Amino acid sequence: MISEESITRFAREVAKYPADQKQSAVMACLTIVQQELGYVSPESEQMVANYLGMSAIAVHEVTSFYNMYNQRPVGKYKLNVCTNLPCQLRDGERAMAHLKEKLGVGNNETTPDGMFTLQQCECLGACADSPVMLVNDTTMCSFMSNDKLDQLIDGLRSAEVKS
Amino acid sequence: MNVDQFLARFSTTGAETCFHNRHINPQIYADLNGRNWRLKDYEARGGYQALRKVLGLDGGAGLTQDQVIATVKESSLRGRGGAGFPTGLKWSFMPRQFPGQKYLVCNSDEGEPGTCKDREIMQFNPHIVIEGMIIAAYAMGISVGYNYIHGEIFQTYQRFEEALEEARAAGLLGDKILGSGFSFQLHAAHGFGAYICGEETGLLESLEGKKGQPRFKPPFPASFGLYGKPTTINNTETFAAVPWIIRNGGQAYVECGKPNNGGTKIYSVSGDVELPGNFEVPMGTPFSKLLELAGGVRKGRQLKAVIPGGSSSPVLPAAMMMECTMDYDSIAKAGSMLGSGAVIVLDDSRCMVKSLQRLSYFYMHESCGQCTPCREGTGWLSRVVDRIETGHGKTSDLELLNSVAGDIQGRTICALGDAAAMPVRAMLKHFMPEFEYHVAHKTCMVPAYV
Repeated sequence: MISEESITRFAREVAKYPADQKQSAVMACLTIVQQELGYVSPESEQMVANYLGMSAIAVHEVTSFYNMYNQRPVGKYKLNVCTNLPCQLRDGERAMAHLKEKLGVGNNETTPDGMFTLQQCECLGACADSPVMLVNDTTMCSFMSNDKLDQLIDGLRSAEVKS
Repeated sequence: MNVDQFLARFSTTGAETCFHNRHINPQIYADLNGRNWRLKDYEARGGYQALRKVLGLDGGAGLTQDQVIATVKESSLRGRGGAGFPTGLKWSFMPRQFPGQKYLVCNSDEGEPGTCKDREIMQFNPHIVIEGMIIAAYAMGISVGYNYIHGEIFQTYQRFEEALEEARAAGLLGDKILGSGFSFQLHAAHGFGAYICGEETGLLESLEGKKGQPRFKPPFPASFGLYGKPTTINNTETFAAVPWIIRNGGQAYVECGKPNNGGTKIYSVSGDVELPGNFEVPMGTPFSKLLELAGGVRKGRQLKAVIPGGSSSPVLPAAMMMECTMDYDSIAKAGSMLGSGAVIVLDDSRCMVKSLQRLSYFYMHESCGQCTPCREGTGWLSRVVDRIETGHGKTSDLELLNSVAGDIQGRTICALGDAAAMPVRAMLKHFMPEFEYHVAHKTCMVPAYV
């Protein structure tokens, strides 16, 4: 299950809101779950529901409404490439096509070694940095030319080999 | 080197998009370099002086709540999130003598395609937002606030949390701020991938831990907001404008821009320009000047069209756009909206059908599903534009698009329905021959994408 450290982070999020509004922390708690476990399982939803005094279905409504929650396991590195219009005008589609070819997967697919999940996504809010890509919901990578995409994928692969 | 350090090599530095010397009289982005975001740096730039002035800690008498609101009204500051509503007027709607809790909310859910200004404000100058929020809270007698930040910019959320810690440690947030009688608690919250939460009542639902489905208005947030309590919601850039206004006065702010359109505005310029980025310039700056700051149209091509205020705003052909100045009134007169100030530039190699295809897909994807005209209509728009683009369109489709768009617009709880309909209608209005050509020839009028 979830670590003590994550439970401590839950408490910090809950403390931001009025005592009778613990539900407000649900998005942050689900994010913390995903950061530790990689995805939000029904068991995790039940655990968060118990922690916040909500029903599990109310938690599931949140998990299923917001695009960034993984409702099933994903690769070790989730890559979200923006292809919305401002990025489309500056090679966002090209970046997506390059990653499909390099990784040998389609949109919403994971490489057989479980390393990478590739997803097209909507506006990341970094339009002037296009092509942009978000790694594991956290690290925004900017100006991703084919060369930089290769460096990133190769670098992450070799880091795996070393560790 | 661990994985985080490795990934950091691909993160932006802001050098290309923010720390260039192509702003004009900047206030929010002035003197930033990416390293000087901390409290001590902000104070060295004159930060928190406005707060000290308001609280009477600068040797002066301090400002009353009414004086702060009057100054913001005088400045003609208008909401920078998209609607352009006068900020001082919004603040005056908050009940002053309300006996219970009131809330202040900052809308940093910056997801309108083309918009990337608030991210750089919070990443590189977070304390200017904190100071603006404290002053706003003081003016409206609010003791608790939240900054709701776009989930995709999680690193910026972490940066803002760090800045909040600095402010708390320095006595700038919390109980009895700087020894005064005023207390204000400010927290950061984050979204996790839902465009709709940029709509203010959708945002409130999300802050309450629910699906971000917008509420009927009225009641407006000033009477029924977060947890049903009076709430004021402003955009990040709006709060960031407040310290300068308090330090220099409302009239000085008007003079930075033009009447009814005070101050500077940050424009996010993306698409077919040589140097995409954020540009802080006075309201009323000619579009041609802004285009020049962004290095002009890419590869020396001709300007074809501009979407002047984020993807929801109606597209304008080049000739109309080149006559505009960048302010609420001029863009409205041309038939579009200044919106969030996200300027998407399209050159003469672009197919408008393909551009609309991507936008229509986006609105279908992000419709929250609450209102039938939007939930069903955005799907119709996306599928019909898609079949025209892929060579399966019928002549009757053009009329069908206008008809579906007309049946969505004005018939939904929130503005997402309008936001999906307006680009379709404007594209058809200004670029009908391209759509007709696509239907007749099953291919594009303009050269293929490069």
